[in-house]
Amino acid sequence: MKNFTVSKAATALMLAGLVLLPLYSQLSGNVFILTLFTRIIILALAAASLNLIMGFGGMMSFGHAAYLGIGGYAVGMLAQEGVGSGFIQFPVALAASAIYALVIGALSLRTRGVYFIMITLAFAQMAYYVASGLARYGGDDGLTVYNRSDFSGLINLSNRTQFYYLCLACLFGVIFLIWRIVNSRFGLVVQGLRSNEQRMQAIGFPAKRYQLVCFVISGTMCGLAGALLANNTDFVSPAVMYWTRSGDLMVMVILGGMGTLFGPIMGAVVFLLLEEFLSQITEYWALIMGPLLLLIVLFGRGGIMGMLGRAGRG
Amino acid sequence: MLLVVEQFLNGLQFGLLLFLLAAGLTLVFGIMDLVNLAHGSLYMMGAYFAATFAAWTGSFLLGALMALGATLVLGIVLEMSALRHLYGRDHLDHVLATFGLILFFNEAVRLIWGPAGLALPLPAWLTVPVPILPGIHYPAYRLAIIAVALLVALLLYLGVMRTRIGMLIRAGASNREMIGALGINIKLLYTLVFGLGAALAGLAGLMQAPILTVQIGMGENILILAFVIIVIGGIGSIRGAFLAAIFVGMIDTLGRAFLPNLLRQVLSGAAASTAAPALSSMLIYLLMAIVLVVRPEGLFPANRR
Repeated sequence: MKNFTVSKAATALMLAGLVLLPLYSQLSGNVFILTLFTRIIILALAAASLNLIMGFGGMMSFGHAAYLGIGGYAVGMLAQEGVGSGFIQFPVALAASAIYALVIGALSLRTRGVYFIMITLAFAQMAYYVASGLARYGGDDGLTVYNRSDFSGLINLSNRTQFYYLCLACLFGVIFLIWRIVNSRFGLVVQGLRSNEQRMQAIGFPAKRYQLVCFVISGTMCGLAGALLANNTDFVSPAVMYWTRSGDLMVMVILGGMGTLFGPIMGAVVFLLLEEFLSQITEYWALIMGPLLLLIVLFGRGGIMGMLGRAGRG
Repeated sequence: MLLVVEQFLNGLQFGLLLFLLAAGLTLVFGIMDLVNLAHGSLYMMGAYFAATFAAWTGSFLLGALMALGATLVLGIVLEMSALRHLYGRDHLDHVLATFGLILFFNEAVRLIWGPAGLALPLPAWLTVPVPILPGIHYPAYRLAIIAVALLVALLLYLGVMRTRIGMLIRAGASNREMIGALGINIKLLYTLVFGLGAALAGLAGLMQAPILTVQIGMGENILILAFVIIVIGGIGSIRGAFLAAIFVGMIDTLGRAFLPNLLRQVLSGAAASTAAPALSSMLIYLLMAIVLVVRPEGLFPANRR
């Protein structure tokens, strides 16, 4: 095989594993692993959306968890008001995320560098406090979603396997979309802006407009993850928007390999499995996880994908 | 009137405390170009050290002094062992690595001191109310915080503006490569600045400890506030950090105190009492967003090019 590389093989193996997981769960009777991986896939979707702006667009958003909350609250609030249909809930979740992304993107993109990191964080914190103030929808305590989104017989979200495959399909769909975007003219412009904004502007591209569109697409994708997450946990609370959650998403992206197509999935799988695994060994799992992150930053440039790439070259 | 004066002083005290935290952060940020999310952990460690040492020695002041030394040493060790290797790397690497440090510190504290919070009792002479205006009393301890923080701010100003080391620090903030090229031991300077920042964070933590409970995660919320301040003030600018800190402290405190009543004039009682806490928590973020939209580099950018 001419194009064989270690990273490609690892990616293929991981994707095959994700597709076949429900089979394993069924055969072994291990229901927990299916629940765990549903969560992993949803957060991988969120990480992939963050990677679109962070890895390809060079926009370091430290407030990406806000979309998880907005998507989740759209589902939760509509469910509470008696609108149970997923055909309404999901479009509303996506639209709300897109509008939020459009507004904060238009304001945030005036700044750059660390200031951009901080202003996106500030907006996410505002969203967090707005959600905490929603007394009608649980405020600080959060909102229980009693009925999952109803897709009128098309797919039953309460069935574990069906829900798992829905999430997986969404993830693959988003990855496909990102792949198409990155290789399109639009995607090339956005990546060009990451490398040299001045030069791109000199050629005549309206930098901010391209970046804003990219920002909105990413936010909308993450809103989808939020809507799925609320269905998965049957619950949504301001805590999903807290800044440490945005940090988690960043960690997944960087861990997996920023600016690679499948890196964020790899990062989410490894990060969340590690968290699960370490927390089973010791209550003090973060004591190991923290320094591990430090070591990965110090020695593992380019994340897991980068390391696999180097291993492939030998 | 009484409430206004009291809340005004509370705002000043909170703002000065935030300044101590933000000063260290902005120095490290401005000079080493390091985004240190773990700065809040040093604040937390200052509080834990103070509570522990004060219990050991039986003296609040002695405990506070020892805690100050301990955070200084901790900061220097941290810089030499881990953070030194991050200089010159991407900001994202800083965020990830110091995010890991937060996890580590929170868990280490849980392991050593347990999940329950600690209390740091004040000595009797600091708990008496002091008359500041005819008929208006204010807690002595909060006045002491204001005095100490103002003193530290003054010393910091004199130190940075009038001493040789301060000159090097300012030179480092405006051009890092140049002062290295001029033969300054830049490694030592960096370690020193980081230690100073850590000690300032520790001081803020140990002074805040008697007012709030000493608990895990106490550093995270206030860290975000400190970041908001240095972003508003302009990264690397101590003067900017000072003004922004006072500003943010005032707005946050006064907002929390008076916003509910103001809202009640406009909205119905129930709506106002639910909206007020969220709105007053949002105020400073709103302020920061406005500042960044109008002045994308903060109010007092340190190194204009």
